[in-house]
Amino acid sequence: MIERHDSTIVTTFVRLLVPLAQLFALYVLVHGHESPGGGFQAGVILAASYIVLALGLGREALDRRVNERLCLALASGGVLIYVLTGIVGMMLGRALLDYAALPLPVTPARARFFGILFVETGITLAVAGTLIVLFCRLGDTERE
Amino acid sequence: MIEHLPVLPLVVVLIAALLQPIIGLRTPRLAWPLAVAAVGVAAGLAAVSLGVVVGTGTMRYAVGGWEPPWGIEVVLDRLSAFAETVILAVATFALLAGGRSVRDRHVRGEPVYYALALLHLTGLTGIAVSGDLFNVFVFLEVASISSYALVATGGGPALAAAFRYLVLGTIGASFYLLGVGLLYAVTGTLNMADVAARVPLIAGSPLFAGGLVFIVAGLVLKMGVFPLHAWLPDAYTHAPSHVVALLAPVATKAAAYTLARTFLYVLGAGELPIATLLAWTGAASVLAGGVMAVRQVEPRRLLAYSSISQLGYIVLGLGLANAAALAGAYLHILNHALMKAILFIAVGAASRGVVGRAAISWRMPITATCAVIASLSMIGVPPFGGFFSKWYLLEGALASGQPLFVAVILAGTLLAVGYTYRLTEAVWFADTAEVPGARREAPVSVLTSLVVLSAASVIAGLASAGIVDAVLAPAAPGR
Repeated sequence: MIERHDSTIVTTFVRLLVPLAQLFALYVLVHGHESPGGGFQAGVILAASYIVLALGLGREALDRRVNERLCLALASGGVLIYVLTGIVGMMLGRALLDYAALPLPVTPARARFFGILFVETGITLAVAGTLIVLFCRLGDTERE
Repeated sequence: MIEHLPVLPLVVVLIAALLQPIIGLRTPRLAWPLAVAAVGVAAGLAAVSLGVVVGTGTMRYAVGGWEPPWGIEVVLDRLSAFAETVILAVATFALLAGGRSVRDRHVRGEPVYYALALLHLTGLTGIAVSGDLFNVFVFLEVASISSYALVATGGGPALAAAFRYLVLGTIGASFYLLGVGLLYAVTGTLNMADVAARVPLIAGSPLFAGGLVFIVAGLVLKMGVFPLHAWLPDAYTHAPSHVVALLAPVATKAAAYTLARTFLYVLGAGELPIATLLAWTGAASVLAGGVMAVRQVEPRRLLAYSSISQLGYIVLGLGLANAAALAGAYLHILNHALMKAILFIAVGAASRGVVGRAAISWRMPITATCAVIASLSMIGVPPFGGFFSKWYLLEGALASGQPLFVAVILAGTLLAVGYTYRLTEAVWFADTAEVPGARREAPVSVLTSLVVLSAASVIAGLASAGIVDAVLAPAAPGR
């Protein structure tokens, strides 16, 4: 079981770091097209913010915010967002995963841009959910 | 929606897999019905697409609207539609039969189990429909990684078996990937049709030979054919019975399909010396698997070794690569999937709460009858499916002018008599008088699956000439 850290410096710093890390994850997600980053990296940063939370403020602080089954649902829900984005094109008479067919008031090239953003959002959730579950599971093995 | 048929079954199974953990938040009891319904619908769609392909010819689908060679292509021809239909239809009944056993074992974890099982089937479906060598690798890994996890759900000795399966399966996948990489280096493309068109230009290149050997070795390892079968017996013995009933009939068949696809259609290697080597490997597997199966006393280990023997027939047919042998090999993909599903489901049902081996035929008459039908099919007794696949294989062996292969097929049949006798003896001829006991049939879900699969085994036998004429003979390479 991971306990709350003794040092005030650590706990205060964690409190500051977590929201900034989550904001940075959002930045990495939406800038994935143009700069280094993307869904996977954003998901890792998002998961890391929760892991830092657990390491600094103790496992209870993590358990109050998320639980394992929710993270599993998030992991598969993220991939589901990916698949559903792909299916929209199929429903509208184009091919599977054809983001140009997304019903957005923009040019086809721009529609592909947004399609990839939806997909990357799904990947972010999936990666974050998976990593948090992995962290919780490893912690649980230690507890037993 | 007709034009989307090549991808629809895959999408249905994938969405069902992803929904599992989400419905698990509130209503984990729905996991089983959702899984069976989704795979059933996908099997129906696959059967429809098989009909469409037989009627109107090969379907091609450019995923994302990107035309090949830039985009990734999904191709549905007779062979891939046949493989897809067999895999999904048999899996539907394996999932239906396994539901009660899953519920007992994973009290709250049902959705996670079904998510893995459906991801496994997504991988197998993807292998069948993909028209891209690298995409086959991706789907092979989706299917394999989920199957390692499925085997590991057994706990205890299953963990060691799963780890061995993981190590050897990863080596197999790496070999396949290495082979694809070498072919990419020399052809500059991953699209199967493109590679097939360029093979005549590069046939003399050592990279082509290396790629071919790596691909064949990797897939033979994934199939679990002797002498690369080391992972298979332990995995099938120690995994939970509902997992084996799902994996054993379909997972190795997808590897067999990939071997047929890459070896014969993409690389056109049916005339090369490696085809003879492959035929001999298959023959060795028929004999070695059979001999090891005869010596087993534990029913599931016996069935695992019999799989090695029966997969040997498929490899033998692919190595011979003449029309009759290929029809036999493809038909055996169907027949072996049916018989193995029946036998693993029946053994799983019979071993639940049994004391001793007495009188399964008395307590569970329907289960026992279905098990005997599958055993007869495995030996190759006429009205059942197994007879016809062996008949075509025999014809192919005779046409190849190599009498030893004929002898191997006949010897394999004798060995099958030996090991199925071991099973049926325990089921049928035990001392009924001594242990009367009450009749306690398996649950309805299990019986439905067994009866449907047994009926399918008989129908597949009676209709085999039609299946071969309409689907399998025109699917031969170069037709």
